[in-house]
Amino acid sequence: MAKVSPTKTPMREQPAKERVRNYDEVPFGYSPDEAMLEASRCLMCKKPKCVEGCPVEIDIPGFIHGIAQENFREGVNRLKEKNILPAICGRVCPQEEQCEKKCILGVKNEPVAIGRLERFLADWEAQQGEPELPAKPKSTGKKIVVVGAGPAGITAAADLVRLGHQVDMFEALHEPGGVLVYGIPEFRLPKAIVFREIGFLEKLGVKVYTDHVIGMIRSIDELLDEYDAVFLGTGAGLPWFLNVPGENLNGVYSANEYLTRANLMKAYLFPKYKTPIVKGRCVATVGGGNVAMDCARTALRLGAEKSIIIYRRSKEEMPARNEEIHHAEEEGVIFQLLSNPAAFHGNSQGWLKEVECIQMELGEPDDSGRRRPVPIPDANYRVAIDVAVIAIGNSPNPLIPNTTPDIETGRWGNIVTDPETGKTSKPGVFAGGDVATGAATVILAMGAGKIAARGIHDYVMNHT
Amino acid sequence: MQIIERSEIAPNVHSCKVKAPDIAAKARPGQFIIVIPDEFSERTPITISDWDVEEGSISFIFLDIGSSTNSLAQMKAGDEIYSLTGPLGQAFEIKKYGKVALVGGCYGIGGIYPAARALKENGNKVVCYSEARSSFLLYWNEKLEAASDEVRYATTDGSMGFKGHAHDELEKDLKDGTGYDLVLAVGCTFMMYRISQVTRPYGVKTIVSMNPIMIDGTGMCGACRIEVGGSTKFACVDGPHFDGHEVDWDVILSRRKAYLEEEIISGERHDHGKS
Repeated sequence: MAKVSPTKTPMREQPAKERVRNYDEVPFGYSPDEAMLEASRCLMCKKPKCVEGCPVEIDIPGFIHGIAQENFREGVNRLKEKNILPAICGRVCPQEEQCEKKCILGVKNEPVAIGRLERFLADWEAQQGEPELPAKPKSTGKKIVVVGAGPAGITAAADLVRLGHQVDMFEALHEPGGVLVYGIPEFRLPKAIVFREIGFLEKLGVKVYTDHVIGMIRSIDELLDEYDAVFLGTGAGLPWFLNVPGENLNGVYSANEYLTRANLMKAYLFPKYKTPIVKGRCVATVGGGNVAMDCARTALRLGAEKSIIIYRRSKEEMPARNEEIHHAEEEGVIFQLLSNPAAFHGNSQGWLKEVECIQMELGEPDDSGRRRPVPIPDANYRVAIDVAVIAIGNSPNPLIPNTTPDIETGRWGNIVTDPETGKTSKPGVFAGGDVATGAATVILAMGAGKIAARGIHDYVMNHT
Repeated sequence: MQIIERSEIAPNVHSCKVKAPDIAAKARPGQFIIVIPDEFSERTPITISDWDVEEGSISFIFLDIGSSTNSLAQMKAGDEIYSLTGPLGQAFEIKKYGKVALVGGCYGIGGIYPAARALKENGNKVVCYSEARSSFLLYWNEKLEAASDEVRYATTDGSMGFKGHAHDELEKDLKDGTGYDLVLAVGCTFMMYRISQVTRPYGVKTIVSMNPIMIDGTGMCGACRIEVGGSTKFACVDGPHFDGHEVDWDVILSRRKAYLEEEIISGERHDHGKS
């Protein structure tokens, strides 16, 4: 047997200097040869650890085997048994924290590039034309409604429709996809891919209704009159701000607003699309997660001369994926670490001009195990900026809890669920994703959608 | 969503009635919708001015003031609106207050109509103040008169009713001893600001319907944040109704002007919606 390469087969990508001037996807994906080469690194473990690391329990060696044998159709079928959105997960899952983290190869060398292989299969299938539809399941006669067409809702809907239930999905915005469409930028996840995956869901029989804000146009109780069960995947809600002076100046955005303008409303194509965005010459993004990286990289593509990340801890503590940090650095994003805004200063017309930062140093570890940032006295400094983006997280969307008084909520306004089933305190109502856990990742929301789908199936078959 | 009726009811003031039975069944006074006229337009929040549950329709009034509203103004009966979402926001609370003044200007003349109708039905004495630059810019006069006890008109050129602004007229009435238990103002930001100023010395509780720039309208983006009583509120989910004496008017007046330059660029590019 040929010696296995210690490192992942590299994935070609747009050079940093070119890509900061366009909105096209950064990595190109594997060719069939590259994919087969990478697949040949897999040891095909009898008890695959990688599967344990996957929130949606994909048969990872199974689909990799298909690639290695050049039987891509078989690989796709294996993949899609558990994951309806492989083109998305292959791009945005933090594989290094999940499946790839558990890969045996990773003990001494680099793990198998599971995410890149997943993406390869999904893109290969898309190139073959119309996707193959699974055999239509026998109807159970049960009707289920999914509220929110983001990752959690899409996954729950896919599993439920394949179990033979009738599924209707309501989305508040004018396009389905949730954070995949309003949040994650085009250069990281092309929207055509999201719409293709949702189109597949519709072909399976799911009806998608946009422009429906549940809680306003219909209450949960009204939905329960019509449906056997309700799944709530309403996602992240109110953006958090820093609560420092000057945060309501013009030019200060929440990450949600900045990304929604740029992505969902296509402000990067202004004025063809009419939604404007303040482009800014010097843009400061506050936060250290993936969303912050998305904002900082979006700023460059909108034409900023300087894009700064302001983060209160050091790079080691940054919650963003290494790949995202790396891409941002390559593109010229400046990391201003151990800094936190104390105030935003504006001109007399109410426009942002400067951010005043506190300089921090790392102290003792806090509850999260990360070293706590401690301000250094009298070390404040100012940076001239014209746009600031606050990317420090969201609390769960308040609309359903506010309009459904009999559903139990937690400390942060999240809907309380049983982690085994997704059940809420209200009979027939299940929830998952950011509305239950607070802001997390796409794949965790999908995992929660999967768990809830099982919980709902059990509930409607035995209790209604 | 299909347009049933469209007309320019006064120069630059447009009304639009659309088939939306689900929204009509749920709408309450003071709520709004978000409209995207066509694929390229912005998400535009507009106050609901009327609805008919039997017909399954809602109506709204808008001014042709930007590129997206201009696209909407080009649309005719039978056309399909790209996206329309609602009802959104918390309704204005309808109960027995006593004697209530409802002040409407611009789109707000239509905006106060549902509150007038509901307040009257709930046994309040309802006085509407309808303001415009000139009499030919006033609209829905008969409708408002039918829904309230009295309509007082204010025109800056004096062509109808009081000569001056609605806030001047309201101030004069308050000075002359007319007592109100509540004032509700709907319209342009500056008008609502002035109304809040004139009622403050008289201690009359004043509710304003805030109209900041919005995107999603469901509490997700924070674009519509305003300062009320020293804390930040999101007009879409916490409002749109706030105590006018608590609102920080400098913040809202400044934030509403955030995209003036872009409006000009967009207006030129789209050549009044004909492109």
